[in-house]
Amino acid sequence: MPLIWIILAVLALGAAGYVLGRKRAVSSAGGDIRILHSLPNYYGMNVFLTAVVPALLVLVVWLLVQPAVIQRQVTQLIPDNDIMESGELSLIMSDVRRVADGLDRALEQGALSREEARMIRSEFTNIRETLASIGVALGDDVNADVLAAAQRYRTLQTTGNTLMTAAVLILAALGLGYAYSRTHKDFRARNTVERAVLSILILASTIAILTTVGIVLSMVLETRDFFHLYPAREFFFGTEWIPSFEGGSHLGLLPLLWGTLYITFIALLVAVPVGLFSAIYLAEYAGRRMRGIAKPMIEVLAGIPTIVYGLFALITVGPMLRDYFAEPLGFGTSSSSVMTAGIVMGIMLIPFVSSLSDDIINAVPQSLRDGSYGLGATQSETVKQVILPAALPGIVGAILLAASRAIGETMIVVMGAGAAATLSLNPFEAMTTVTVKIVGQLTGDTDFSSPEALVAFALGLTLFAITLGLNILALFIVRKYREQYE
Amino acid sequence: MTDASTPVPPKSSLYATSDRVKRRNRSETRFRAYGFAAITVGVLALILLVISIVSNGASAFRQTYITIPVELTEARLDPAGNRDPAEMARVTTFGYAPLLAQALQQHLQGQGISMEGVTPRDLMAMISQEAPAQVRALVLANPEIVGQTVTMEMLAGGRIDGYFKGRVTLESAERDSNVSPAQLLLAERMAEAGLIETRFNWAFITGPDASDQRPEAAGLGIAILGSFYMMIVVLVLALPIGVAASIYLEEFAPQNRFTDAIEVNISNLAAVPSIVFGILGLAIFINFAGLPQSAPIVGGLVLTLMTLPTIIIATRASLRAVPPSIRDAALGLGASKMQSVFHHVLPLAAPGILTGTIIGLAQALGETAPLLLIGMVAFVREFPDAPPEGFFDPTSALPVQVYNWTQRSDPAFVERASGATIVLLVFLLFMNAMAVILRRRFERRW
Amino acid sequence: MDDMNDMRLVERAVDDKELKIAADGVDVFYGDTHAIKAVDVNILDKTVTAFIGPSGCGKSTFLRCLNRMNDTIDVCRVTGNILLDGEDIYHPKVDPVQLRAKVGMVFQKPNPFPKSIYDNVSYGPRIHGLARNKSELDEIVEKSLRRAALWDEVKDRLTAPGTGLSGGQQQRLCIARAVATSPEVLLMDEPCSALDPIATAQVEELIDELRERFSVVIVTHSMQQAARVSQKTAFFHLGELVEFGDTSQIFTNPKDPRTESYITGRIG
Repeated sequence: MPLIWIILAVLALGAAGYVLGRKRAVSSAGGDIRILHSLPNYYGMNVFLTAVVPALLVLVVWLLVQPAVIQRQVTQLIPDNDIMESGELSLIMSDVRRVADGLDRALEQGALSREEARMIRSEFTNIRETLASIGVALGDDVNADVLAAAQRYRTLQTTGNTLMTAAVLILAALGLGYAYSRTHKDFRARNTVERAVLSILILASTIAILTTVGIVLSMVLETRDFFHLYPAREFFFGTEWIPSFEGGSHLGLLPLLWGTLYITFIALLVAVPVGLFSAIYLAEYAGRRMRGIAKPMIEVLAGIPTIVYGLFALITVGPMLRDYFAEPLGFGTSSSSVMTAGIVMGIMLIPFVSSLSDDIINAVPQSLRDGSYGLGATQSETVKQVILPAALPGIVGAILLAASRAIGETMIVVMGAGAAATLSLNPFEAMTTVTVKIVGQLTGDTDFSSPEALVAFALGLTLFAITLGLNILALFIVRKYREQYE
Repeated sequence: MTDASTPVPPKSSLYATSDRVKRRNRSETRFRAYGFAAITVGVLALILLVISIVSNGASAFRQTYITIPVELTEARLDPAGNRDPAEMARVTTFGYAPLLAQALQQHLQGQGISMEGVTPRDLMAMISQEAPAQVRALVLANPEIVGQTVTMEMLAGGRIDGYFKGRVTLESAERDSNVSPAQLLLAERMAEAGLIETRFNWAFITGPDASDQRPEAAGLGIAILGSFYMMIVVLVLALPIGVAASIYLEEFAPQNRFTDAIEVNISNLAAVPSIVFGILGLAIFINFAGLPQSAPIVGGLVLTLMTLPTIIIATRASLRAVPPSIRDAALGLGASKMQSVFHHVLPLAAPGILTGTIIGLAQALGETAPLLLIGMVAFVREFPDAPPEGFFDPTSALPVQVYNWTQRSDPAFVERASGATIVLLVFLLFMNAMAVILRRRFERRW
Repeated sequence: MDDMNDMRLVERAVDDKELKIAADGVDVFYGDTHAIKAVDVNILDKTVTAFIGPSGCGKSTFLRCLNRMNDTIDVCRVTGNILLDGEDIYHPKVDPVQLRAKVGMVFQKPNPFPKSIYDNVSYGPRIHGLARNKSELDEIVEKSLRRAALWDEVKDRLTAPGTGLSGGQQQRLCIARAVATSPEVLLMDEPCSALDPIATAQVEELIDELRERFSVVIVTHSMQQAARVSQKTAFFHLGELVEFGDTSQIFTNPKDPRTESYITGRIG
C-alpha cells in the first residue's frame, strides 16, 4: 500500500474516532454538555490523538529503520569475491536496488507477469534488455548473485511493507478503541489532551539537540574509522595533500587550513573596514534619506545566496583580477585565487559586519556621545576615542562571527579559490580550503571505506570544532558587552 | 602647584578658527569621507554583482530557432508502415538527423540561399543536436504525421545562437574548432530570409537539463521543480516543528539545564557552516537510513534542519512581542495555559511567524553546499513524479543547477548559469518582498 | 544678622561682575514645536545662575543652546542672538567645537567614558591640544581633579576605570573633565538629580567653589538647591522666561504670580 494511503487511512481512523468520541461524551452526559468535565471537542480530540500519534510515530520509525535492516540482510547474500571484483559493496547494492525496482516496474507495466518476475533467472533471460525496454538502464549485465539479492530484496521489501501497514493500522485501531472506551462525562479529557500536546511541543524542541547529536555522531564515528586507516598525527601535521585512490595518499590538513585562513584573512581585510565604516557612517553621519537608501542596499547583499557570489567570483572578479593585476604584475595566470575568493567573500561579509557593528554602536549610550561633544570633541574624535573603544568588545565579537562565517563558507571558495593545495604566500595563486576538499572528496562516486573519502568527515569535524569555538567565544564576548550597558 | 604655572590658552575670538581646529576639522572631513567611501564600496559591489549577472544571463531567456519544412519520409521513420509507436521507436535519433540535414539543404537551395564554404556536415552542425530528438518525440507522439511535410521549428546550435546574442563573433569563430565564419555568414543570410529567428525561450524555464554538448537545450524545469519539492518538505516540517518548539521554549519551558541546553543548541546550530549539515545528511539520511541520493526528500530534510533555528528565533521573537496582558486576560477568564496560548497568543504572533518562515525558506532556497554532498549535482533528465512519490525521485535544485553549469566546459553554459541565477534571484526577491509586505501590513505596536 | 550682611555682600559683588553671555530674543523650535519663546537672559562672569521651573518648561533646552549642543539634534532650530563676550555663538564663522571648549557642560546622569580616570580628565585637553607634553598634561589632570574635590580620593588609582567610582565621585569626575579644558562658562544640567543627598551636598559645595573662576549656569529641579548655590535665578514656564533676577529676590519677593505659585508649590 503506498505511503500516502496508509497515512490517509490513519487520519481517517482518527477522524472517525473524533466524531465517535465526541458523540459518546455528549450522550454520556445525556445531551447536556454543561455537566461534561471538558468541552465535547476535547473528548473527540483525545480519541483522535490516541489513534493517530502512536501509529504515525511507529510509521516514521519503521520507515527509517526498515531500509537499514533490509540492506543488512541482503548484503549477506552477496559473496565476497563479487565485492572484490567491482571494488565496492555500495555499487553492487545500488545495482541490486535498481534491478529490484526494475522488476517492480516491469510488473506494473505488464512487461512481465507476477510469476515471471518471481521466477526470472539470469541464465535464461537477458534481464538487462528486458529492463531497458521499460526504461530502466543498467550499467552491467546482471549476474546471478545480484539477481538473487534483488529477489530477496523484493521479498523483504514486500513483507516489510505489509507488516508495516498492518502494524500501523492495528495500532491506530487499538488507540481508537482504548480512547473511545475511556470516554465518559467525568473523564478529564482537556487535561489529557493538553498533556499530549505539551509532550508534542517538548518533542519538537528536542529536535535541535538531536540535530547536534546527529552532526557530532555522524562525524565522530566516521572520523574514528578514518584514523584507523590513516594516522591522526599525519593528518593534523602533514604539509602535503595528495589524495590518490590507488592508496598511498598524503592527506595533510595544514595546506587546506592555510588556504582557509589566508582567504578568511583577506575577506576580513575587505569586510571589516568597509563594514565598520559603513556602520559608523550610517549610525553617526548619514541623514534620514541617505540611511533609507543605503542601509537596505547593503542589507540586500546579505540576502544574496552564496552560489551567486560564487558565480560572481567565477565570471567577473576572477578574470578581472587576473587581467588587471595578476598577469601584468607577474603574479600568475590563474583566475581562481586566494584574492578572488577573499574579495568576494569580503563583499558577502560586509552587511554581516556592518549590521552587527550598527547594533553595537547604537548600544553605546547617547550620554557618552553628549559627554564628548560637551567637551568640544568633533564627531570623528567622539567616534574614534569614545564610541569605538566603548564598543570594542562587541566589535571584536562581530569580527569573530564574521571569521567563523568565512571559514565555513563553501560555494565562493569552491568556485573562486581553486583546488590546488599549496602552502604559498602569493595571494594571486589558486589555493584550496577545508570546505572545498569536503565537497571534492564526497561528491561523485565515492567509496565510503577508503581514507580518501573518510578524510572528509575528519575535515568536517575540524571545521565544526573551529567554527563552534569561534561562535561560542564571540557570543560570550558580545553578551558580556551587552551586560555592560544594561 | 600653583595656577600660575599651568598653561592658559590665549584669549581668542570665536570668529577666528584656530589652526588646530582647522586641522581637526580637516581630519573630521577625512573621516567622514572614509565612511562615505565604505558605503560607496558596498553599494558599488552590489551594483557590479547585479550588472555582471544580468548582462551575462539575460540572453539565456532568448533562444535562436531555425524554422524549415521537413519531409517526414515514411521509408525512414516507419519502415513497417503500420504507424505503431512501439515499432517506430526503434528508429533512433540517428535515423532522424539525416532527414533534417536533407530538409535544410533542400530548403536553402529552394530559397536560393548560397551555402558558400559550408559543407553539408557543417550545415547539420548548425542545428542543435537536440533537434533530432525533438522531432522524434513529436513523431512518436503523433504517428499520423509521418509521410507529410511539416514545418518544424528547431533549436539552432549553441554557437549559432551565440552569434545572434553577440557572444560569438566572426573573429572568435576563426579560432573556434566548433564553428567557422562561413557558417555564421550563412546563418546571417538565413536570418535575413526569415528562417532563423531569436525569441523568448520558455524551454529554458520549463525544460530539463541537457548534456555537455548541447547548452542551447539546457533548461531549468527539473531544478525548479526539485527546489519547489524541497520547499514543500521544508515548509511542512520546519514550520510546525519550529512553532511547536518555540511555543514550548517561550511559554512552557521551566528554567532548567535541559531548556538551557536547547537554547544554546539552537543559537549554535544557526551558526554551523551549511556544509556540515550536508555531511549530516549524507551520513544519516543516505548512508544510515538508506534514503535515495539526489532526492528532494533528503534535501528537504537537510534544509529543514538548517531552517529550524531561523524559524524558531523569529517565532520566539514574535511570541515575546505579544504583551503578557493578553495572556493574563485569558487566564483570568479561566482558560487553561494551553488555551490562552493557542487561542490568543499564537494568532497574534502569526504574522511575525509567517514573515520569519518566508525568510527562512528564502535562505533554504539559495542554499547549495549541503545539496552537493547529498548527490543533487547528478545529471537528471527525467522529471520527477508528482508528490509524495516524487519526493523520492532524483531531481536537481536551482542553486545546484547553477553550480553544475559552471562546471561545464562550453562557454555557453556561463550564460545558462547566469540566467538560472536570475531566476533564483527573482524567486528570492519575490519571497522577501512578500515578507516585507506581510510585516508592513500586519505589524502591530503594543 | 550676619546672614543678612553676607547676602548683601554677595549681591553687591554680583553687580560688579562683567557680562559673560547675553541672550536676546532666543526662540527654539523642535520641528513644529515652539519650545523656547523669546527668552532674554544675561549671565554674568564668576556667578552661579540657576534655571528653575517645572519639568518640560524648556530650561534644559535653553541651557543646551548656550554651547550649541542642540546642533546634534537634526530637527532643532534656534533663532535670536546669544553673545559670548560680545560674539554671536551662532555666527556662521563659529565652530561649535571651539565654542564648546569655552563653554563646558556637565550632564544630568554621570557619564564617565569607559576609560581610566586619568584618560577621562585628560580627554578634553588632549583633543584641544592644551598640553605641550606629558608633565603638563599630568598637571592639568591633577589641578582639575583638585578643583573637582576628587584628587584625594583617586590620586592612588588614576588608571582605574572611571566607571568604577561611586555615583557622586563619577559626577565630580565629569566636573573635573569639564574643568580640564579651562572653560569660561560651565553649564550643568541637573547635575545632582541622580545623586544621593551626601553626594549632592559635596557637589553643591564644589559649585560654590567653582564660582571663583567660572561663570556657572545650573539647571535644577530643586528650588532649595537653586537657593543654596545660585546668585541669580531664572524661572521658566512653558517655554517662556517668566522672571529673572537675584536669587534672594526671586525666592523672597517674586514679581510674577506664576513664580510665586511655583515657589509655594502650587504649580510644578
